[in-house]
Amino acid sequence: MKSFRNHLSLIIALVSILFSIQIFNIVDRSINAYKEKLTKNYSLVIVSQNKLLPKELKAQVPNIADVIELSPEHVIKKLNTKISKNNMELLKATLPRFYKLKLSKYPSPQEIEKIRKQLLKIKSITKVESFSATHDTIYNLLLLFKTVISVLAFAILIVTVLLIFKELRIWQFKHNERMSIMSLFGAPTWLRSAVLFRLAIVDALIASAITFVMFSYIASSSWVHEQLQTIGIEIVVFDKVDDFLSALAISVLLSIFLAAFIVLGHKEEV
Amino acid sequence: MDKVIIAKNLSLAYSNDDTIINKANFSIDTGSFVFITGASGSGKSTLLKSLYGALKPIEGSLVVGGVELKGVSTKKLNFLRKHLGIVFQDYKLVKEWTIEKNIMLPLIINGYEKSVTQNQVDSLLKHVRLQHQAGKYPQELSGGEQQRVAMARALAHNPTIILADEPTGNLDDYSSQLIWNLLEGANEQLGTTIIVVTHHIPETMKVEYKHYHIEFGDIREVI
Repeated sequence: MKSFRNHLSLIIALVSILFSIQIFNIVDRSINAYKEKLTKNYSLVIVSQNKLLPKELKAQVPNIADVIELSPEHVIKKLNTKISKNNMELLKATLPRFYKLKLSKYPSPQEIEKIRKQLLKIKSITKVESFSATHDTIYNLLLLFKTVISVLAFAILIVTVLLIFKELRIWQFKHNERMSIMSLFGAPTWLRSAVLFRLAIVDALIASAITFVMFSYIASSSWVHEQLQTIGIEIVVFDKVDDFLSALAISVLLSIFLAAFIVLGHKEEV
Repeated sequence: MDKVIIAKNLSLAYSNDDTIINKANFSIDTGSFVFITGASGSGKSTLLKSLYGALKPIEGSLVVGGVELKGVSTKKLNFLRKHLGIVFQDYKLVKEWTIEKNIMLPLIINGYEKSVTQNQVDSLLKHVRLQHQAGKYPQELSGGEQQRVAMARALAHNPTIILADEPTGNLDDYSSQLIWNLLEGANEQLGTTIIVVTHHIPETMKVEYKHYHIEFGDIREVI
């Protein structure tokens, strides 16, 4: 029972670490998906005296994904009744050209400012509208959300690492006697620490399996899907191959580190 | 006769200011039966610890089974220990292992095959009259039974040297006699060198033995 409790505390510590890492992954994926969604809806508007070629704009700003020329027709139509046909043609000829620029990724406020400056280097461009006020608010909100989650994940990581170190002391005490006896009979290091490494790896496998079951359930939960649909994004909550393999690798490496620490810290009793 | 242990100007201490064995000179013949006696705190157990490399000489030289123990490497020490059978005063049995597995330990370390290991363990359990206790854990046995398990473990791999620290201290007559018989048997039949640290040499000894006495940090043969 006591031995089971010792196992359980390492398994809980490992599951906590894997849980916080996976939660961080989900938040990161959600933010990236949301950024992508915002990128689709976000565009800059530029005013130019002359016709601009997409190639010319992309050469100046590589981040541009698409260039759409805005037709002035609907503005002119409003004036249609009051202006003569000749004057209308004259107006059409003298009106500046408007372009909507789509970007390949959601930019930071600094990136927007940089793009704005790069665009203004083109002589014919007279104005760049970045709608920065709205954009900056959303961007800062996302940044804040990500920071909060990162701090939270980091805090969990610190607490669990401390928990693991406490566990390590218990293991060190528990296995020291057996390792000393084995050493007195000439057992090489690998043989006297084999049990320890086996236990550590078994605990890591159990922790990874628990994480797998937990996140497979979360990923299939309709509530989670509803929430994602509400904010209009679609993400992989838990990749049963990649995420599981990462979790497995992390827990096995951590456990091996733990066991190695005990083996290296082992002192023979005199 | 070949010497299995040679000590020259051997000094032993747990700390530099407290020398327990001081510049001792002695040697032990291969295949001999040796008793080391001395008053409590004279350094008997300390000397035995140095023979299996748990305490390194601070001065002089100590060669056991051809291995110089002063500044010995872990690899060489492991090699030497594989050829030793040690019986500790406090038994040093692995609590979480069964009696059977405890006896198996030196056989596993020496890389014996599983079938050989099992046969040897069964035979030893019979010799120490514990065949019915094979699946039990050390804490389920009496002190005398635990010492018999420790004895069986020390004999398991037919070691070159057996080092025994007070092997019959606090044991009943039955267990004590069983242990002396086993030690004598190993010495007579297998030619194993036996070194026993004890307060009293049993009167019932059938084999020829040598007696060393430790006093004031010096080791002298009692003739």
